[in-house]
Amino acid sequence: MSIEIRNVRKTFGDFVALDDVSVSVPTGRLTALLGPSGGGKSTLLRVVAGLEVPDAGVVEIEGRDATNLPARRRNVGFVFQHYAAFKHLSVARNVAFGLEIRRTPKAETAARVDELLRLVHLESFAHRLPSQLSGGQRQRMALARALAIRPSVLLLDEPFGALDAKVRKELRDWLRRLHDEIPVTTVFVTHDQEEALEVADEIVVVNEGRIEQVGTPDDLYDRPANDFVMGFLGPVTRLGGVLVRPHDVHVEVLADGAADAERSSRPGPGAPDAAVTGVVTRTTRVGFEVRAEVTTDDEVVAVVVTRAEARALGLVAGTAVRLAPAEGAPTALVPGPEAATVAV
Amino acid sequence: MDSSPWVRRTLRAVVVVYLVLLVGWPVSLVAKNAFADGLETFQRAFADPSVVFALQLTAAVAVQVVVINTIFGVGISMLVVRYDFPGKALLNALLDLPLSVSPIVVGLSLILVYGKNGWFGGALEDAGLQVIFAPPGIVLATAFVCLPLVVREVVPVLTEIGTDEELAATSLGATRFQTFRRITLPAIRWALVYGVVLTLARALGEFGAVKVVSGNFEGRTQTSTLLVEQRYQDFEQGTAYAVAFLLASVSVACIVAVTLLRSDAHSPARPARARRARASTKADS
Repeated sequence: MSIEIRNVRKTFGDFVALDDVSVSVPTGRLTALLGPSGGGKSTLLRVVAGLEVPDAGVVEIEGRDATNLPARRRNVGFVFQHYAAFKHLSVARNVAFGLEIRRTPKAETAARVDELLRLVHLESFAHRLPSQLSGGQRQRMALARALAIRPSVLLLDEPFGALDAKVRKELRDWLRRLHDEIPVTTVFVTHDQEEALEVADEIVVVNEGRIEQVGTPDDLYDRPANDFVMGFLGPVTRLGGVLVRPHDVHVEVLADGAADAERSSRPGPGAPDAAVTGVVTRTTRVGFEVRAEVTTDDEVVAVVVTRAEARALGLVAGTAVRLAPAEGAPTALVPGPEAATVAV
Repeated sequence: MDSSPWVRRTLRAVVVVYLVLLVGWPVSLVAKNAFADGLETFQRAFADPSVVFALQLTAAVAVQVVVINTIFGVGISMLVVRYDFPGKALLNALLDLPLSVSPIVVGLSLILVYGKNGWFGGALEDAGLQVIFAPPGIVLATAFVCLPLVVREVVPVLTEIGTDEELAATSLGATRFQTFRRITLPAIRWALVYGVVLTLARALGEFGAVKVVSGNFEGRTQTSTLLVEQRYQDFEQGTAYAVAFLLASVSVACIVAVTLLRSDAHSPARPARARRARASTKADS
């Protein structure tokens, strides 16, 4: 294990940012710390980098106790959300900074800077100032700067948070490919579940200063440990007392007038226990999918089907339908009355 | 502001007349009087050893004050912006005191502490260091009066640049001193230069506090401003005007230098532009 965090606790005044957190980050993998804002994930990253000192607990990096090691001795690459570019230095000097501090010979530094600028596709920008770069270019420069010192771990704090949607997506793909090329142990913080699911090998879900679940994207999506993880990783809807993903709802159109009859004899023959009947009250088309709202006796269920399915079923407002969780779909029990039903 | 051309023109005229009456005309009269007999007044003035001594003393004091206040100003700014400690609000208020308190009060308070019968002065004098009625007192008083000038320039910039760059440098292996010299200092350099120029201009012109602590001994502790006053009262108005003109010219030169630096520091070619990128919100824990 490349990074071992054991029983780390960190408070800011009365606020508990990290509450007895223990987690291991595997070597050479791309790990995402995923969670809502203020959940403690950035604090956890900064504790690993040495930018915050934990009140209690142990941080080990590559088998070495780093808890009391100052940040500058940890050999950790850190990338900030707002780039933290050295504004008065050219792109090349920014990347060379860590090497100059380490008194690397000039020729070696120049070669390494060239290599990294090629890697991040900024070779033609070497002599520009950061202010002459776009946000995406600045973040790639920051990444090259962090990689220049050959860090044992690379830490990225919401690296794409300040970029617009299109650039964010490009950089996300690019980070994934870069990591496949240079498999340095990488941890990145994000509050965007799509980003985590798409990029990470492993996801650590952090909420209210605690770890909710650790696993691969498939694990977390298909086998969420609790309702929080399920709700955070994707949309959920309430269906007959359980939480289920709106696209995992099996829809069956009932013959006209059958709704009332079905309702009285619920559960119907052959239908799963959670099956309910209701009437479609609204449909919205978003690109290739159709989102339908089905009103039943005591709840409003959100259902997502593809456009082709909707057409085949004839799913329009006023249609009576029977809904059941699709076979093998992940479900979670509804935690309590205060939980939201629809999160599409 | 929404205003018609008439209102604008009237406002402009009022401001110009006000400034001419208050600043432009009086200062230009000093120049006119200084050059009333051509360069002869200047030649006579500079032949006077007391005048030469006063100018040298003023220059020496100004340079020492600039050095002291630059070092302490940057130090205090870092302390106020980057660290939290009990009594920080009090320190902040104290930093503004020299601007609000009369320089005469500054002088008197220094005498109470460092004077012969003062709280601390007696011991210093026994050790062979005379502060009051000697050049160290003049430096002390001027440094006191100029204290906020560097701090008030540097603090807003330090606050604005935040700590991300410094933390990035730290994670790349830089020590505290390396981070300060390579990252923080370049980021605050324009504010620092501006503060230094302001300090220099103020130090050259300080009168009240210096008058109290220096004793005003001609040829020993008399600075240029004190000399101007004395010569004016002794009806040697030519010398007074010549020295006054010199002091005014240096101040004007300082203002011009600052204006040039300012427009330079804010031009689009400077990295200052990148600050706009910081406007976006800082998210998460």
